[in-house]
Amino acid sequence: MADVDAPIAVGSQRRTVTRYSLRFVVLGYLAVLLAVPVGVVFYRSFRHGLGPVWSSLTTADARSAIYVTLIVAVAAVVLNTIFGVGAALLLVRKQFPGRRLLDVLVDLPQAVSPIVAGLALVLVYGKFGFFGGWLQRHGIQLIFSLPGMVMATAFVSLPLVVRAVAPVLAESGDEQEQAARTLGASGWQTFRRITLPSIRDALAYGVVLSLARSLGEYGAVTVVSGHVLGKTLTVTLFIDDRLENFDTTAAYSASALLALLAMASLLVSRRLRSRTRSVA
Amino acid sequence: MSINVRGVSKSFAQFKALDDVSVDIATGSLTALLGPSGSGKSTLLRVIAGLDTADAGTVSIEGRDATAVPPQRRDVGFVFQHYAPFKHMTVYDNIAFGLRVRKIPKAQIRERVAELLGLVHLEKFASRYPAQLSGGQRQRMALARALAVRPRVLLLDEPFGALDAQVRKELRVWLRRLHDEMAVTTVIVTHDQEEAMEVADEIVVLHDGRVKQVGAPHEVYDHPADEWVMGFLGPVTRFGDRVVRPHDLEISLSAETDAIPATVVRITRLGFQTRVDLDVGGVPAYAQLSRDAADRLDLEPGTAVLVRHLDWVGAGVREGGRVD
Repeated sequence: MADVDAPIAVGSQRRTVTRYSLRFVVLGYLAVLLAVPVGVVFYRSFRHGLGPVWSSLTTADARSAIYVTLIVAVAAVVLNTIFGVGAALLLVRKQFPGRRLLDVLVDLPQAVSPIVAGLALVLVYGKFGFFGGWLQRHGIQLIFSLPGMVMATAFVSLPLVVRAVAPVLAESGDEQEQAARTLGASGWQTFRRITLPSIRDALAYGVVLSLARSLGEYGAVTVVSGHVLGKTLTVTLFIDDRLENFDTTAAYSASALLALLAMASLLVSRRLRSRTRSVA
Repeated sequence: MSINVRGVSKSFAQFKALDDVSVDIATGSLTALLGPSGSGKSTLLRVIAGLDTADAGTVSIEGRDATAVPPQRRDVGFVFQHYAPFKHMTVYDNIAFGLRVRKIPKAQIRERVAELLGLVHLEKFASRYPAQLSGGQRQRMALARALAVRPRVLLLDEPFGALDAQVRKELRVWLRRLHDEMAVTTVIVTHDQEEAMEVADEIVVLHDGRVKQVGAPHEVYDHPADEWVMGFLGPVTRFGDRVVRPHDLEISLSAETDAIPATVVRITRLGFQTRVDLDVGGVPAYAQLSRDAADRLDLEPGTAVLVRHLDWVGAGVREGGRVD
């Protein structure tokens, strides 16, 4: 009996060692990459207490940056929610020429560097751009102002709602919608009473993700913003600006604020995702 | 006539689901669209409901051309094969849906839903969600939901397909009774000939997207249009140069005028009936006898017998041909 038992014991011991060293490597990796830097940001911001943080975040420029960030993020999220649900419906429910092309285009923002997206917007809508000249003659300025920043942010977070909603739409099928139609519901009634409730959790998940993405967006916005202090600086650009001016307290405080917001939305999205899963 | 389908064709890519189909369905009748899978029966039902649009042909409901009318204005109740329950709504809300989108006063809705819950015996389940119901209950809920808006036509796509045999039989009887009480024109799609025979006043037999035959259950069973219909509707066996129903074969031991000699190959007792496999001049055939008749003959494998087709008008089909 002992003969049989011995090799198993050795094997399981070896497995335990492997398991622990694997855990150590993974946790160490995450610590070096994630936990330590984020922790240091918080440490550096709060090491002299809440006072300096508060005062550095309530200056006129900081308040403006927070305000601009919220406006841009919310506008981009609203746009992406409406367009995202529409695009998901098109992709899942309809057959039309160019459907596959749309499917690829939706993912493009994830593949293209944000800075390229920003540059492209400048080229098209900027002062010497494709439409920009025409727009300028009619008194509309998109680039170096809020509308351009909203466009850049919306572009970058475009796939998030679509990709959250589309699989749920595909899975729930269109029989419930057909049933609603035979019961006398119009297209809008069917959407509001049947389609929307069945994608609600997935949609909320996509909205939270794109909100988090929009709050933290830097690359695309930096190109189109024009860096007008107190006017077109978002929090990320404000951090950059403060760092360049050696105002590290403000930079760290704003960073901590962004990190907190990101964590909060992550928590919310985790909640929502587990709900979507349990429904599906 | 309540529903008139004229020259309807419908293709999906290369597949021709319906090929120049014309059917008339009488007001107040219960009609079964019967056919094997791929025969186009479900597509025909969906074309009637407006869920699919025909490539050619017209559909009129109660004398009004409905070909271009969207499903929500056709006044049809549709019960889906898998019931398509609104998962996020209670049974009550599911049934009330059609009334709510019509903006009917709340008190009236409450009254009508209560009435329907009683009709489908789901009074105790009003506040449950579809996921908490059994298959049969879900089916009844779907039926109540379709009936709530008092449609002129009730369309059911394989309504019993997803249920187990016992529940299926019960619901079949219940549906027939319900139809007799309400007298709403009903069309049911099924691939089960027994179900169609039991429930329907009229059967439309479909095959490869074409109408093969239309008639009362006994008509299509006793006078099938061709060999295919005969084989689809019930058991068949070859006898001489004909295809006949095995229960129309009579076996005797004494010589009779038009009987053909045969040899018993095998005897199988199946409850109340006995299947006798025969060798008729080298060609295999089989007869279905009542147990009593089989016992009286005292058959054994190898017994030489005489077989006669109980020949009454149209009781068989000449091989590959039309009704006799």
